[in-house]
Amino acid sequence: MQSILKLNSRRVLSSILPSCRSITTNLDTPWRTAYGGKYTVTLIHGDGVGPELMQHVKAAIRCVRAPVEFEDIPLSSNEASDEVFERAITAVKRNGIAIKGNIASQNTTNSLNVLLRTRLDLFANVIRCKSSPVVPTRHSDIDILVIRENTEGEYSSLEHESVPGVVESLKVITRAKSLKIARFAFEIAKHADRKKVTAVHKANIMKLSDGLFIECCREIAAEYPDIKFDTMIVDNTCMQLVNRPTQFDVMVMPNLYGNIVSNVCAGLVGGSGFVAGSNYGDHFAVFEQGTRNTGLGIAGKNIANPSGILFAAANMLKYLGLDQHCSTIKNAVLNTIQEHKIKTPDIGGTATTTQFIECVLNEIIKLTPSIGFNYEMQKATHAFRFKDID
Amino acid sequence: VIRCKSSPVVPTRHSDIDILVIRENTEGEYSSLEHESVPGVVESLKGEISSGKYELNFMLFTLFSVITRAKSLKIARFAFEIAKHADRKKVTAVHKANIMKLSDGLFIECCREIAAEYPDIKFDTMIVDNTCMQLVNRPTQFDVMVMPNLYGNIVSNVCAGLVGGSGFVAGSNYGDHFAVFEQGTRNTGLGIAGRNIANPSGILFAAANMLKYLGLDQHCSAIKNAVLNTIQEHKIKTPDIGGTSTTTQFVECVLNEIIKLTPSIGFNYEMQKATHAFRFKDID
Repeated sequence: MQSILKLNSRRVLSSILPSCRSITTNLDTPWRTAYGGKYTVTLIHGDGVGPELMQHVKAAIRCVRAPVEFEDIPLSSNEASDEVFERAITAVKRNGIAIKGNIASQNTTNSLNVLLRTRLDLFANVIRCKSSPVVPTRHSDIDILVIRENTEGEYSSLEHESVPGVVESLKVITRAKSLKIARFAFEIAKHADRKKVTAVHKANIMKLSDGLFIECCREIAAEYPDIKFDTMIVDNTCMQLVNRPTQFDVMVMPNLYGNIVSNVCAGLVGGSGFVAGSNYGDHFAVFEQGTRNTGLGIAGKNIANPSGILFAAANMLKYLGLDQHCSTIKNAVLNTIQEHKIKTPDIGGTATTTQFIECVLNEIIKLTPSIGFNYEMQKATHAFRFKDID
Repeated sequence: VIRCKSSPVVPTRHSDIDILVIRENTEGEYSSLEHESVPGVVESLKGEISSGKYELNFMLFTLFSVITRAKSLKIARFAFEIAKHADRKKVTAVHKANIMKLSDGLFIECCREIAAEYPDIKFDTMIVDNTCMQLVNRPTQFDVMVMPNLYGNIVSNVCAGLVGGSGFVAGSNYGDHFAVFEQGTRNTGLGIAGRNIANPSGILFAAANMLKYLGLDQHCSAIKNAVLNTIQEHKIKTPDIGGTSTTTQFVECVLNEIIKLTPSIGFNYEMQKATHAFRFKDID
């Protein structure tokens, strides 16, 4: 597995990573093994609308004739035993890719989503919020890439009740991970030709923790002189996002602010049905809906908006190198909303999920001619494998 | 306490917003308990942090976010009392208890205890990320919101942005014995200092709130109406809301409006007694 860190001349992080990770691989060989010509993707069902959306994702991927096979893991809050969880982890480690629904958090155990992310070390969460003409929103021309540290910060799940009635929770910020996420953000910005990276923090109050984060971002920013870097306090950021969101380009931040800011950005471009999130690690990638909702209230009612998870599936195909399949799915979804005006209730329409998916499948069939479709696995040609996915 | 009310004088994308944001002010993530772990402490934490893949942990900073039962009960009681006296229908508690189960779980539990004593006020909870998205999409669903310190900072800034920006929202800090009034979004404005372009409406509204807290209702409404008339009738706007006037022009006009609104003879200078038992009623 190649790591993006190896592309840089500075080997600052390789001294920190365990030595087993610093095996470099040949750039020409595909880094994802396809057995029998087909990639295997883990599907973690999750709760709420997760299971039904997974069926739709499978239907869409089969319809677009992507060389993908699925491994279903019915991990949800009802089936949250340790062995199912370990099965999920092993499946993702074996296949390298997963599409995931959100698992509702029980009140007594740790959040399974957080455990999954920390075990697989998916250190970066990338959400692309781009306003599209098919969904009428109050702001147009928004194109924000939100990069959020995914494994530490306030989500370290270290809480204790020191005296009865007083609870302390720990927020952990480390130098290694801050450098890593900053490096990731600047590499993505460079490869996507973005002009500005904004680091979001609250260092006026949390001087040490967020101060460390900002310092790491500044160090990395010094190596990218053509990308502007500035910092903004999180409360001002949220207000600017609501007033003038077009000033933001790429935003990088620790875990909790990332959660909030990504949800604000998702709300600005149309809601949780439209935004796909990608979680990247050195070895694995997990794709999901950007705002990580379980949708327990609308489960089983056939009114969920499947666009988000379909975009996530399209991102997954692009990560595998199947660019044509990716754009087919994305165009099919956009055509469904724009030309056929089939909208689910959360964007103001009256269609059910099944109607929406039927139309998407029809569009896919229209967009892909039945003869001459290129089934060949496309090699990963570009060195930076997170380029242009979101 | 920050009241975000959209006013017709300031064109915003959403109208009909009237949200009262009540934010705990003294604990939570602002406890200023940070330390750089020494190697001994790092070792003990490493076993717990599941991402213990780093052999060399040079710099690891931890922050303690403190939530106490006593203060959570107090802020919840305050929120429900304000909601009851302002005839508000719904209180929403904002939290992140799916991740921070103990701390925010304690906060939510305290809010629920207090909510049981106010059966005619609806109470629900919402996770902070969903809250922010709903605030951006459909802000009219919120009435009173109560939350710990950090989320309060973020949510109050989002609400302030929705109704026109940091120039328009006044914040009040209440204690058992004291009250401090300030601009809602707590900006220093270092970049615009001395340039005479700051928007004074926020701090003027805060001053008006202070007068009302003292019981001087007429004085309060005179200042508020003067500021609103300045923007609406005379169209004098500072650059942050799209105009071109300076602060001094704005304040001159406000002063003229005040003189117009208060007749020079017969104005009741007597201090008005605080007639209502609940002293935070109707201030914001």
